[in-house]
Amino acid sequence: MTPSLEVTDGAVAIGGRPILRGIDFSARGGEVVALLGSNGSGKSTLIRACMGRLPLTRGEIRLFGVPLARFHDWRRVGYVPQRTTAASGVPATVWEVVASGRLARRRWLTPLRRDDRTAIAHAIETVGLLHRRNDEVSTLSGGQQQRVLIARALAGQPELFVLDEPTAGVDLHSQHALSDTLREIIARGATVVLVAHELGPLESLIDRTVVVRDGRIAYDGPPQPGDGMAAFHSHAHPGEGEPPDRQPLGEGGPL
Amino acid sequence: MNILAYDFMQRALLAALLTGLAAPAVGTYLVQRRLALLGDGIGHVAVTGVALGLLTGQAPVLTAIVVATLGAILIEVIRARARTSGDVALALLFYGGIAGGVLLAELEGGTARLHEYLFGSIATASPADVWATVGLAIVVVSVAVGMSPQFFAVCQDEDFAAVQGLNVRLYSVAMSVLAAVTITIAMRTVGLLLVSALMVVPVATAQQIARGFRLTLATAMAVGTLAAVGGVTTSFYADVAPGATIVLLALAVFVATWPIGAAIRYRRRLVEPFEEPDAIAVRTEHQAAESHPHEHDEYCQHPAVVHGDHVDYVHDGHRHAPHGDHYDEH
Repeated sequence: MTPSLEVTDGAVAIGGRPILRGIDFSARGGEVVALLGSNGSGKSTLIRACMGRLPLTRGEIRLFGVPLARFHDWRRVGYVPQRTTAASGVPATVWEVVASGRLARRRWLTPLRRDDRTAIAHAIETVGLLHRRNDEVSTLSGGQQQRVLIARALAGQPELFVLDEPTAGVDLHSQHALSDTLREIIARGATVVLVAHELGPLESLIDRTVVVRDGRIAYDGPPQPGDGMAAFHSHAHPGEGEPPDRQPLGEGGPL
Repeated sequence: MNILAYDFMQRALLAALLTGLAAPAVGTYLVQRRLALLGDGIGHVAVTGVALGLLTGQAPVLTAIVVATLGAILIEVIRARARTSGDVALALLFYGGIAGGVLLAELEGGTARLHEYLFGSIATASPADVWATVGLAIVVVSVAVGMSPQFFAVCQDEDFAAVQGLNVRLYSVAMSVLAAVTITIAMRTVGLLLVSALMVVPVATAQQIARGFRLTLATAMAVGTLAAVGGVTTSFYADVAPGATIVLLALAVFVATWPIGAAIRYRRRLVEPFEEPDAIAVRTEHQAAESHPHEHDEYCQHPAVVHGDHVDYVHDGHRHAPHGDHYDEH
């Protein structure tokens, strides 16, 4: 079976500086893969490259078997970019933001069809924000705004979900809501690739973890106990027998 | 004297009406992208275009559209390529546009005629000018409103819009070109130096009272039309410059709606002081509380909180819900 997402010998440079190199990574249909790594390891860069937002300097990315440059079937992909807020310069309601997740399925200059509206309402319901659908996103808490972004990706009914740090800066209650939402997505048979700093309540959902360290893949296999918790805790605990290869706290600090 | 008795005022009102609709429609997207001053940047570039027209004997509207569109595309290219932030790109064009315009106008023999375009001079607009304005304004409004789902997505989140298969750069350039055309058609009404106000102030006003993007867009267009038509009418009777009158009127509407906006925001704060309880209730796993020396009831002095279909008792900073012979943590 063709993998939903496949990177072969991928390398990415930003402003001439190599960020990723020698990346071989794939997610099969229905698989739930967590990309882990400390700040600055390159895990978000990898995801942005997979979504076509950053060019590869070598190697190839395929989505559903089609090289990225020739891939146009974007309705099959749901992307949740790394954001601290879902708000922009003009206030928009939860419903309006989620509705933009249907664009890959809509034609120009045509109003929303009934199945569009059903999908939007269902996506908002799945993340538990139906009662706030007419509220402005800027009035929501950080965790609720993250759920709005997930609902936006959900509205397109994609087969491949790509979530960039959905748990960063999100309170524990929203993390639980998030894991319930993911459980539902997974139950529908979608492929999920998620970038995380700490897995927290998501840990039990993961089939496979891929650890990115210094721009390379350092581990690819079944989740290890404590993955995404202490193992990738980005600050060192002095005197607790930390292995010498652990990186001290990066500039960004733990989120 | 009746304002509609004059042909030139009929034309002026028609031009003002359509300008008032078009400018805020485009302005809403600029504000959403946090590029509220893009209109100013393009307006300044258009000064060079007008001066070029005066110098070469071409129609200034035509040369202004060409130069403003080129300037708008240039701003997008600088933003995308040069790793310069949007406001620095704008600043570069601001200065280049004004300096170029003044220099070319001096070559032509003075800046006097440039004034008509800088501050608006609606009464001197020819019928051809007005019909061009009407045609272009209809195009701008149709595109800005008709393509609003796409423009909204691109302005809201470029990364997400791109993964929806939208050509983000093309839409960004299209938005800038719409802004350039709007500015050129508005320059006879409000003038190049003030046109940006008609793009931004109605949006700021709409944000005070409207909830949501589509409502903001519609309200901004209504406020813009009101200000433009009201401003031209006022300027006719009071014999003052239309551009300044339109902008001051728009600002007056903004000031008038400020208390309403403040009241709405205050009420929202009262309605939603805390995170919704259902976000808390998501944690459904059963968790029994520690053993308990007394039974919670209405006399136990622990604050009671209605939680869905039952009552919780606040207990040392957490909540206990009665469940059979014990209490659950909620």
